[in-house]
Amino acid sequence: MSRSFTVPMVLARNVRKSYGAFEALRGIDLEVGPGQVMCLIGPSGSGKSTFLRCINHLEKISAGLLAVDGDLVGYRRGGDRLYELRDREVCAKRAEIGMVFQRFNLFPHMTAVQNVCLGPVTVKGDDKAAVRERAIALLDRVGLSDKVDSYPTQLSGGQQQRVAIARALAMQPKLMLFDEPTSALDPELVGDVLDVMKGLANDGMTMVVVTHEMGFAREVADSVVFMDAGAVVESGTPEQVLGNPQHERTKAFLAKVL
Amino acid sequence: MNDERAALPTVPVRHPGRWVGALVVLVLAVMAGHSLFFSDVTTATGLHRERFEWSVINEYFTSDIILRGLVVTLQLTVLAMVLGVVLGIVMAVLRLSPNPLMSGASWLYIWFFRGTPVYVQLLFWYSISYVFPTLSLGIPFGPEFFTVNMNTAVTPYVAAVVGLGLNEGAYMAEIVRAGILSVDEGQTEAAQALGMSRLQTMRRIVLPQAMRVIAPPTGNEVISMLKTTSLAAAITVGELTNGAKIIYSRTYEVIPLLMVASFWYLIVSSVLTVGQYYVERYFAKGALREMPPTPAQKLRAKFVGLRNPGGVR
Repeated sequence: MSRSFTVPMVLARNVRKSYGAFEALRGIDLEVGPGQVMCLIGPSGSGKSTFLRCINHLEKISAGLLAVDGDLVGYRRGGDRLYELRDREVCAKRAEIGMVFQRFNLFPHMTAVQNVCLGPVTVKGDDKAAVRERAIALLDRVGLSDKVDSYPTQLSGGQQQRVAIARALAMQPKLMLFDEPTSALDPELVGDVLDVMKGLANDGMTMVVVTHEMGFAREVADSVVFMDAGAVVESGTPEQVLGNPQHERTKAFLAKVL
Repeated sequence: MNDERAALPTVPVRHPGRWVGALVVLVLAVMAGHSLFFSDVTTATGLHRERFEWSVINEYFTSDIILRGLVVTLQLTVLAMVLGVVLGIVMAVLRLSPNPLMSGASWLYIWFFRGTPVYVQLLFWYSISYVFPTLSLGIPFGPEFFTVNMNTAVTPYVAAVVGLGLNEGAYMAEIVRAGILSVDEGQTEAAQALGMSRLQTMRRIVLPQAMRVIAPPTGNEVISMLKTTSLAAAITVGELTNGAKIIYSRTYEVIPLLMVASFWYLIVSSVLTVGQYYVERYFAKGALREMPPTPAQKLRAKFVGLRNPGGVR
């Protein structure tokens, strides 16, 4: 194994999550190396988003092992016990992971640049003027240099999502999570958002992307994971999973979306 | 056919009922104006005087005792509202706490203070020294370090602030809770994903957005509080209504002095109404694509609209 010396950015071993009697995740095993892009695909309700939300501890896993950059998510190991992390420690971990939501979730009472500045200023305590400069540069990078002082309601869906990406990047994360970032967008606005994401991937950002954009997965992903009913059905390179699926369930799904 | 129709003059619908209604209102208004300003009465003792005694109203309108009462009324309104808003936020957050003891305590507070008349509560705080003659700081059931005599500490003024504030807190708690619940859960998640703590999320993300829902009923509460402070007269606080009462119990000019007080309440609540508009406008920031116009802008738009009726307002 040539990779044995690099710590995976995301490591999941038999990750389970249940809500009462309902099992949303039934033993997920996967690994994302640093600088890699993984796309999670599958029908709705298959547990893709749930798994993504477990990675930054928005959801607590019920069993198994989940680690980001070598550290357990939500727990600290002491001897043969796992100690739950305090709120403050959980926040510190989350600050290292960027997340982009399907519904953008921009803060509507703040302008684009205020949205981008909020994290670094309140969480990291960075200097306001310096952060603002960085934020404007980030907005420029996502193609919104003319929308710096616009409120979210004054922006289109695609523009809002690009502000949301800039907001996540402002924290200088080592891992970016995308939860169906283009699903709420008009078809003609999808391209701009995907272009920004491609740029990020090319710059070496580690990304886990829940998506229905098979073209994006084929072009950008290092690995594609097909999930169904809370379990990984098939995983591999885009060519393997999208081009030559082995399982009937994968074939049936791809036949519908491609 | 169409051309012919386009050339014909149109006759708008007539509304005779509106004219009759308007006439009735006009007559009533003239009658009210007449009895208010231009009529006299003869009393049982044969005295002839102005019906509403405007000279008396004028005489006492800016008298010392009334103005001092007005200041106390304003103080009570502000202090009780500040106490009420702070308590309301704390109780709303407790009410939404996952800890059943916390949310239970908040429920009990709201249940009690919303379920008893504020008049009774004021009398209760006024008489608090009957059940708690002293208030001490110390270890529960252990030694006491510091003791105050409640009879001297809880003056009528203090009792009024505490009573009105605690009562207001119960109402504000429900208003704040509704505001917090109105904020989309995605907002909290986005803030958490950035690594913000619970407190930061509440203060920077949830409460500012909740304010849009909280502000209108809170403005209502302020105006309501302005008038509710008149109940403090019952526990001998020298506020506006009490000031009027002190004068008319000496001169027997009851109605004119009640009108003096009423005019002051109307003036203050009018100012508050204008203030409320601007506060609501401020918190609408980001929720609307365009800010609603200020009254001055509205007037200007109307004026411009009158000059070119075809123009878009």
